[in-house]
Amino acid sequence: MKLSSDAQFEQEVEVLIGEIKQHYGYDFSGYARASVYRRVKRFMGQKGLENMQQLREPLFSDSFFFEVFLQDVTVNVTEMFRDPSFFLSLRQNVLPLLSTYPYIKIWDAGCSTGEELFSLAILLQEEGLLNRTKIYATDINQKVLRQAKEGIFPVSRIPAYTAAYYAAGGKQEFSGYYRSNYGNAKFNSELVRNVVFYPHNLATDSSFNEFHLILCRNVLIYFGRELQERVLNLFDESLVSLGYLGLGKKETLAMSGISPYYNAVDKTNRIYRKLN
Amino acid sequence: MQRVPELVVIGGSWGGIQAALQILKGLPPNYSLPIVLVLHRLRDQEGNLQEIFERKTRLTTVEIEDKQQLVPGMLYLAPPNYHVLLENDRTFALDDSELENYSRPSIDVTFTSAADVYGDQVAGIILSGASSDGSSGLKYIFEKGGTALVQQPQEAEIDTMPLAAIRATPGCRIMQLIDIQEFLLSLHVN
Ligand SMILES: C[S@@+](CC[C@H](N)C(=O)[O-])C[C@H]1O[C@@H](n2cnc3c(N)ncnc32)[C@H](O)[C@@H]1O
Repeated sequence: MKLSSDAQFEQEVEVLIGEIKQHYGYDFSGYARASVYRRVKRFMGQKGLENMQQLREPLFSDSFFFEVFLQDVTVNVTEMFRDPSFFLSLRQNVLPLLSTYPYIKIWDAGCSTGEELFSLAILLQEEGLLNRTKIYATDINQKVLRQAKEGIFPVSRIPAYTAAYYAAGGKQEFSGYYRSNYGNAKFNSELVRNVVFYPHNLATDSSFNEFHLILCRNVLIYFGRELQERVLNLFDESLVSLGYLGLGKKETLAMSGISPYYNAVDKTNRIYRKLN
Repeated sequence: MQRVPELVVIGGSWGGIQAALQILKGLPPNYSLPIVLVLHRLRDQEGNLQEIFERKTRLTTVEIEDKQQLVPGMLYLAPPNYHVLLENDRTFALDDSELENYSRPSIDVTFTSAADVYGDQVAGIILSGASSDGSSGLKYIFEKGGTALVQQPQEAEIDTMPLAAIRATPGCRIMQLIDIQEFLLSLHVN
């Protein structure tokens, strides 16, 4: 049985979620609790906060402190060509069909610091589609969006990214895409010339355009079932007929109400296509 | 009085696959508790572990999907590159946050989350491995009144992980694999 001290902590987090919504407008009520509890506990541990009151005080009096908290509670771990087989499949199964459109629109939802976006842009470039593609890169977190725009990633990650790039069917010299400088690799800003960066909250904002492809990877795992369903419906509204949806390796449409209207183009890589 | 466990969580790394197979191969297909197995894997290694456990045990084995329900008699494998958390409604929640103890999945993360949900009704088991991941998770389970078992270090292929767990939780029970299997069988109700 759950310990009462744990139940009390969880109760306090519920209250906190309500207060954050009132105070800052961010709605975490639909998020997966296991992760929220863990992140809040972790944040408190790192900041040396011993109880909820010690967290609440700075959180509601100092919006910078809240920013830091927000950064930490919404996980934004990412990498380039994460799950290379996903990108290989995009390249082989999706881009050839997108190329039949004169003008392509893509939504990268929950793009974090941009590693996924630059991976996608490199793919589009190599398939000759980048010039006629517009990508909307969105995230709840403005700070990661600013970083995404820069396209500066730690040089220490480059060996792993290079390997992943080739595993994803890369055809060029990967080093041609970036310049190294003081421990950083700055990716060619031409890659994101047609990208619009913009804050969008999947939990509360609505559909804002129609897309041929939506990528939303490793974001839904942080949401509870209901919020997942809301977001999937939002994507459904935002996809053209025969549009594609790419989810994270461990995310699925299977449990969703929209699943009958989709085909799994690549089941292992979680790429779906809207039927009509 | 210690309450009977309702969940078994097992962690291991180097040598952990063999050790886990030794324990689990003796369990009946209708084993009355869910079992969650967190093994460190090579990064991006694809899921043939599931096949191995499916073939060499009598338990139905699945690689965990997000939001999947925990059901008795199932063996759940932590997928590569995700931490496995548990929700109060006894479903899984996956998480791709930072590595813990250089690992994702991390044993500590799952053990801690299991104890948060199941309180004292968790049995945590640490097997062979070349890492100290799992030791603070096991301690956490033990402190909440759960059952803490560690594979006897002499018997482990690599004793680093068992030794670290024993150091962190001196009150744990140190057992040979055969006795851990016996213990699990004693929890089974027909
Ligand atoms: C783990 S990262 C995934 C990044 C990338 N898509 C990938 O798979 O590597 C999750 C991202 O989702 C964002 N996120 C969390 N809640 C969100 C919400 N309600 N609306 C939009 N983005 C959100 C986080 O800020 C974070 O950048």
